[in-house]
Amino acid sequence: MGRLRSLLIPGVDKQLLVKDAVKIMPDLARRRFIAGGASLGALTLLTGCDVTDSFSADDLLAKVSKFNDAVQAAIFNPNALAPTYPESAITKPFPFNAYYELDEAPEVDGKAWKLEVRGLVDNKKSWTLDELYKLPQVTQITRHICVEGWSAIGSWTGTPLRDFLKLVGADTRAKYCWFQCADKDGYNSPLDMETALHPQTQMTFKFADQILPRAYGFPMKIRVPTKLGFKNPKYVLSMEVTNEYKGGYWEDQGYNSFSGS
Amino acid sequence: MSSLAASDDRPLTGASTVIQPGWVRTVHWINAVAMIMMIMSGWQIYNASPLFDFRFSHAVTLGGWLGGALLWHFAAMWLLMVNGLVYLAMGLATGRFRRKLLPLTPAGVIADTRAALTGKLSHDDLTKYNYVQKLLYAGIIVVGILVVLTGLSIWKPVQLHWLTALFGDYAVARVIHFSCMAAIVAFLVVHVALALLVPKSLRAMVIGR
Repeated sequence: MGRLRSLLIPGVDKQLLVKDAVKIMPDLARRRFIAGGASLGALTLLTGCDVTDSFSADDLLAKVSKFNDAVQAAIFNPNALAPTYPESAITKPFPFNAYYELDEAPEVDGKAWKLEVRGLVDNKKSWTLDELYKLPQVTQITRHICVEGWSAIGSWTGTPLRDFLKLVGADTRAKYCWFQCADKDGYNSPLDMETALHPQTQMTFKFADQILPRAYGFPMKIRVPTKLGFKNPKYVLSMEVTNEYKGGYWEDQGYNSFSGS
Repeated sequence: MSSLAASDDRPLTGASTVIQPGWVRTVHWINAVAMIMMIMSGWQIYNASPLFDFRFSHAVTLGGWLGGALLWHFAAMWLLMVNGLVYLAMGLATGRFRRKLLPLTPAGVIADTRAALTGKLSHDDLTKYNYVQKLLYAGIIVVGILVVLTGLSIWKPVQLHWLTALFGDYAVARVIHFSCMAAIVAFLVVHVALALLVPKSLRAMVIGR
């Protein structure tokens, strides 16, 4: 009898069901947060009282996050370089990380791909991979730091973004470079111009001296060692130079937009 | 403020004696709220990529998910940092640190630890800290400073690379940040347990006497 009662749905073990549910919790919790519920709920738990509509903890937190954007932009030193490491320090294997599994990662056809350049630039021509490969490249060995806390050291080779911005005649007084990517659900992310012009910000074509593999963002990723990992877009399709804040995949869900290191 | 600070030195004269001056009570409770928000949101952040083979229960974390927890953590940090700086400045300026925490001698700590373990430690005069209290309160101030510095190191490992380098590198600073949290939580457990065992100390931190 006891065994039967523990089966919520005939044939389904309650404990296993809960275990499965917990596995998908982060997603659910995330959606609840976006709807404005989660942190309010947490606050209610903390204070033991109802939080009315007249005060929203989410609004206050969003305001502080905007303030933190301004603080980070103010203390950003365009000449401060991310520490570099010897080849022996490279993390092997370098982790694949995304909001989907590796087999769901975009499979971009390098021959058909073109980098679209839009917005406040003199030359809006699209660039093929062969054309981009001909630009002068440099290699950096830097630490990639994920918003989750883990970090890994990798070797990235490509063209400094500021050289490319100069080449296409970008208006570098504009506020952002906004990148759109091939990830499912349409990944995108804004990069403030000061960071885009940082000497280590790179249009990356190679990882560990090999053509960028699919796992790390083939055909092109933007490597930004002065930002958290999610501000390093992979599978880049287009770049728009703009004064408009167009939001980003994670930024819109609540990650701090500047997220500088 | 100076009159409140001066009251620290007043001799015990019955109910009117102030044990904890107003500024101490104010920064204490602001710190309590800020610290609990930092710890609970920090646990949620930890859960996104655990350093060790365990996760914190969702019931004791703040923020709902990583992004929410980061918003709490990076909001409460201002409260913790500004309040902490006021505490350090006032503690030095009023001479409270020197008066309450010094002298701090190993012999004194050993003697008072023995007295505490055998139930012979007196709590009659709450204006004076015994050596175990001196050690714990001085120690937790150091840990408090360390948790903020390692926090800054892992928040800004490029802009403050010299600070991060002081702790080794980003990965080491992250482990020290976690260890400081563990020390603060351990302190909190002992601190709250002892406050409940000696209720008049809790009363003094609420109404001052």
